[in-house]
Amino acid sequence: MCGIVGLLVRNPKMRDSIGELMLPMLIGMTERGPDSAGLAMFGPSVAANERKFSLYSGTADFNWTKLGHDFEKHLSIKAKVEPKVNHAVLTTSLEPETVKIWLKEHYPQLHLLSVGQLMDIYKDVGTPAQVAERYDFKNFKGTHLVGHTRMATESAITPAHAHPFTAGEDWCLVHNGSLSNANSLRRKLQYEGIEFETDNDTEAACRFLQWRMREGDDLETALNHGFEELDGFYTLLMGTSNQLALVRDPFGCKPAIIAEHDDYVAIASEFRSLAHLPDIKNAKVFEPSPKEMYVWKL
Amino acid sequence: METLKFDLDAKPLREVNQFLHGDASLLDGKSVVIENPNGAHNIAVGLKSDVHVTIKGHAGYYAAGMNQLAKVTIEGSAGSGVAENMMSGVVHVKGFASNAAAATANGGLLVIDGDAGLRTAIALKGADVVVGGSVGSFSAFMAQAGNLVILGDAGEGLGDSIYEAKIFVRGTVKSLGADCEEKTTSPEDRKILADLLAKAGHSDVNPDSFKQYGSARTLYHFHVDNAGAY
Repeated sequence: MCGIVGLLVRNPKMRDSIGELMLPMLIGMTERGPDSAGLAMFGPSVAANERKFSLYSGTADFNWTKLGHDFEKHLSIKAKVEPKVNHAVLTTSLEPETVKIWLKEHYPQLHLLSVGQLMDIYKDVGTPAQVAERYDFKNFKGTHLVGHTRMATESAITPAHAHPFTAGEDWCLVHNGSLSNANSLRRKLQYEGIEFETDNDTEAACRFLQWRMREGDDLETALNHGFEELDGFYTLLMGTSNQLALVRDPFGCKPAIIAEHDDYVAIASEFRSLAHLPDIKNAKVFEPSPKEMYVWKL
Repeated sequence: METLKFDLDAKPLREVNQFLHGDASLLDGKSVVIENPNGAHNIAVGLKSDVHVTIKGHAGYYAAGMNQLAKVTIEGSAGSGVAENMMSGVVHVKGFASNAAAATANGGLLVIDGDAGLRTAIALKGADVVVGGSVGSFSAFMAQAGNLVILGDAGEGLGDSIYEAKIFVRGTVKSLGADCEEKTTSPEDRKILADLLAKAGHSDVNPDSFKQYGSARTLYHFHVDNAGAY
């Protein structure tokens, strides 16, 4: 099954409470996805020459301080490491490729969840309430976010298999549905030099879009190619540095509902996740049409 | 008339539904208001008495499913499968309805003021459905009996593999499904349409502004020339 949620806060005064507004949305999707949850949060930007790297260690007793020291010692460059249980955000001005190579060489056990200037990703196994509590989602501040609650149907329940997935800097995707041609897509994309981290079908969709955008497609063109190539059921919600985008498969097999309000745009698999939002009675609530692309900009 | 109020923020839905499943002689003619539905699934399913239920907001999946006799009004939108397998009674959605509204419904009337999603009235078995807006693709798929009235437009594959249900569309049809064709409206069918428009609160709409669709009956018996259409 799986549940998706998205929130873009238009009213600057409400951005400090985006975590609080989102929390009941994510928990509202527990029945649709009780085994893992994840969140991509677009918060304040780092300096223009810097990048944030969201890292996942798998164990809570990981020595993040040592990682910071090693990084600075080996690469002779400043790095800030902000740990949160088994996740940490590393901020540095070193270029991403060098950071990735260094991490692979010295800390191969770490998962690099995302790279960007705005986006942090947290994902783990557990109920949405447990995962939210673990990483203190409630106190997150920012402009927009993409969240997911997972009920695994086609691959293992691990933090790496949880959503969101990323396909480039400050770019993430969550998925409700299942793809029947994920394996053939993966084989095809591997020939194109696209690397995979898991056997998850959503990752195949994510890498497909990554490949199309590498080949010069903008998001809309990439998604139009997706309608032709992705075989299966999907509602896809994507987040970029300044927008949220949503598509449903041509058969409308997986749900989505949208609430547009002067203060915010909220998206969820079902209305139960939107019911608590402030002044929801005056929001324009509607169901997105299949095979159409919806985009909301900050 | 006596009106009872339930607040789903305060009372579990199961208790409300159990109350609504109570002795018909005690429920007949009563009015029940359900507040704060907040998209919960299965609100007012399986009713079997002449009770009037008003849901004050958005309902989740399967609202008023399997309805018999009852009149259920949803003041907001309805999730997937509203009035699915309805046997009798009236279900009125004042907002929009999601996919598979009135799926397999045997009898009664479903009125949707707004748009309806994909597969509206799929496998309809005798109920009447009136949609004030447009319907999504694959509506009335394999519909066997009953009437689907659409004041707006229809999506792709309308009436695919339809049996003897009747479809009336005022707007445009994106495409017809296999074995579905336009029909001429007989005086009897025009009366059915006019009655349904009146019942659904659309007496101002001219029945002559609709086109009628139904089965071409070429798929009823296997014929090798039709193999590609199955």
